[in-house]
Amino acid sequence: MKEFKYVITDPEGIHARPAGELVKAAKEFNCAVTLTKDGKTGDCKRIFGIMGLAVKAGNEITLTFDGEDEEAAYTAVTEFVKANL
Amino acid sequence: MEVYQGKSVFGGIAIGRINVHKKDEQQVKRVKIENSDREIERYRQAKQTAMEQLQGLYQKALKEVGEANAAIFEIHRMMLEDDDYNESVENIIRMQQVNAEYAVASTGDNFAQMFASMEDDYMRARSADVKDISERVLSVLGGRTASTVASKEPVIIVADDLAPSETVQLNKDLVLSFVTVHGSVNSHTAILARTMSIPALIGTDIPLSEAIDGKLGIVDGRCGCIYVDPDEETLSKMQKLKQEEQEKKELLQTLKGRENVTIDGKKIMLYANIGNSKDLAAVLQNDAGGIGLFRSEFIYLERETFPTEEEQFQIYRTVAETMAGKPVIIRTLDIGADKKCDYFEMEPEENPAMGCRAIRICLTRPEIFKTQLRALFRASAFGNISIMYPMIISVDEVYRIKEIVAEVKQELTEQGVACGEPKQGIMIETPAAVMMSEELAKEVDFFSIGTNDLTQYTLAIDRQNPKLDAFYDPHHPAVLRMIQMVVDNAHKAGIWAGICGELGADQTLTRRFLAMGVDELSMSPGSILPVRKIILETDVTKERENNNLC
Repeated sequence: MKEFKYVITDPEGIHARPAGELVKAAKEFNCAVTLTKDGKTGDCKRIFGIMGLAVKAGNEITLTFDGEDEEAAYTAVTEFVKANL
Repeated sequence: MEVYQGKSVFGGIAIGRINVHKKDEQQVKRVKIENSDREIERYRQAKQTAMEQLQGLYQKALKEVGEANAAIFEIHRMMLEDDDYNESVENIIRMQQVNAEYAVASTGDNFAQMFASMEDDYMRARSADVKDISERVLSVLGGRTASTVASKEPVIIVADDLAPSETVQLNKDLVLSFVTVHGSVNSHTAILARTMSIPALIGTDIPLSEAIDGKLGIVDGRCGCIYVDPDEETLSKMQKLKQEEQEKKELLQTLKGRENVTIDGKKIMLYANIGNSKDLAAVLQNDAGGIGLFRSEFIYLERETFPTEEEQFQIYRTVAETMAGKPVIIRTLDIGADKKCDYFEMEPEENPAMGCRAIRICLTRPEIFKTQLRALFRASAFGNISIMYPMIISVDEVYRIKEIVAEVKQELTEQGVACGEPKQGIMIETPAAVMMSEELAKEVDFFSIGTNDLTQYTLAIDRQNPKLDAFYDPHHPAVLRMIQMVVDNAHKAGIWAGICGELGADQTLTRRFLAMGVDELSMSPGSILPVRKIILETDVTKERENNNLC
């Protein structure tokens, strides 16, 4: 299992569009990708799950990757997060 | 005549018949079914059709409102593909042995409820999206087509609220204005109205009754009200206002997309001044060729601590990307004088206008300067960014800036961070810089004359002091001669010179500036098209003769 901590800098937080893009990025991989904020967890492959966390600028999130292709998923998803969120 | 008040999302006046837009609420019945597999299959097919419709809407919206606003339909597709949503629908069908319509309606209600109960305004507004996708699937299941405007003549649409898909499906030629009882400034209706440049009101206290349907209405987007059944006096007053507005708009529309070129072929760069990334919409609407002055202070002013490199980078990158290759000239921080920031912990000064401000802060506190430069260099990999340094008085300052810039570049290269090669110029806003402009021109890529400070320092008149108005002459020959000197020295060194102060937008001086050889004018977005008009009508050669400049 791999873990990645990140503080959101996008002033709008994870609103609908980036949530959609994050889901798209996560769906490329077979491993489980989850997003945790303040103890609440959402499945990164489900847009409602991500939007339901209402992540805002300044929030710290933790992404976890668990499964066969976790290395590749970690690289791709964290890159997306760093560049867009 | 009745008047109802709302909140305006776009100015302008619309006069026409009122069309009360009613949602066909889907009355969903709960029906027991025998074969749940077959019902699930029915749902899946309906969902597939809905997905195809959304793809079509996305394409249509792409043309009408642009990529950023069309993205909502992509989001709708993702919502429809969401496992939570689909599992919920299919579970209800299977467990309760009920029809797909009922399962979709219940799921839609539950998810919409989840969003509606969130604290965040933006997320709360998303419950409308969930309702919208559920309604779409229900329409497909029921074999009905979505509602459209029945009218043949253009109307004022009055509705409770409009879903994104409803606004996109409307025939835009038949819409004069949107007036909704609910809705927010972030709603699709508001965005669409702004893109279409038509007046629109939200949060209006208007009754959605049959009684007003078909009546004459006037929407006044300037004050946010709608008149129903206006009296003669109001009608003729508003018609006159609308006429004037229309003429002005048409004149300016004909100027959009035109090059800024004089009768005798001299091209001028006509750019916009902005103080916040929120101003970008106005920049694009007014057809600016680029951003001539991006005041980066706002990033520092509206907060309690120093902005991080990452925060700044995101803002600069967004601006560069939005301008899509057009020049974006970003001025490094110009704090001091009348712009104060507590967390900079500056000591009180006797004379702040001549005190520790702008580049002087940057050169004495390089750590602040370096953070901004790193963000700017990184963002320049994403668009056409130039950097401009304010309040320069000597060549030595430019050397010191270059040293710091070289350090920043080296650090970024060593860290393997992508960055571009931004052009670097200076503001000419002190008499010293004017006098040294011949030497300065050899060291930088461009000059931008800040006429506000230059005038105040040249005339020794505090521009904040109204008692000195009688002595203050913004067209003082001393200032105009200085501009000429700067332009000449710039051209001698093969660089361009522009004006980004208030004089840049002064239409009584535009011809004069053209005759003087000014290459660039940067001004508030609203002034761009009127100044373009003057440029198109000017013959520089003749103007030079008139001003004895040849």
